[in-house]
Amino acid sequence: MEDEPLNIVLFSGTEDRLQAAAVMASGAAALGKKVNIFLQYWGLEAFRKDRIHASLGLAPEAGEHGAVLVAEAAKAGQQPWHATLRVAKELGEIDIQACSLSMDVLKIEEGDLDPLVDGVEGVTAFYLNAGDGHILFI
Amino acid sequence: MSTEQIAQVVDARGLSCPMPIVKTAQAVKSLASGQLLEVLATDPGSTKDFTAWAKATGNELVEQTVEGGVYRFVLRKK
Repeated sequence: MEDEPLNIVLFSGTEDRLQAAAVMASGAAALGKKVNIFLQYWGLEAFRKDRIHASLGLAPEAGEHGAVLVAEAAKAGQQPWHATLRVAKELGEIDIQACSLSMDVLKIEEGDLDPLVDGVEGVTAFYLNAGDGHILFI
Repeated sequence: MSTEQIAQVVDARGLSCPMPIVKTAQAVKSLASGQLLEVLATDPGSTKDFTAWAKATGNELVEQTVEGGVYRFVLRKK
């Protein structure tokens, strides 16, 4: 079960999708699996120091009703996506890399990113580290 | 009812997925092989999660009870 890493290409930058990615990463970490996360576009944007704690909205499918439910969950004590990810990182081996192309397009420097991000890499390195593990696109 | 000593208790009541399992995995790390861990949870999804986690990690799910909406799991570290 532990052998192959779980690989997540995190493209989305809304709170619900980021939380979903954090949950998938947590589950894998709890099972002793290594997790590789590749941040692209809006997923990368969300890890900016000046954005990570901001309200990043929800996916369009949420609608008004979804927004109410998510707010209720937060009020009931559910932690934000970045906290879920931080805890998962303490538990297991989670490597979070920024896609170098997205860094260029979004004009982000490494120093702009939250310490949760371990580095910058290209797609080839991501595939190499992914091995035969599953790749999720979120 | 086991009479063996519980080495550690994880109170995951009120926490929802994935936190009960994450906290359990964290606690198990600090135990020695053979030690018992007790976990309390209220998340209904827990039952399957703990069975699955025990199976996948090789830690034994020794006991599993529910009382008044609180699930109690006793695990033995492999």
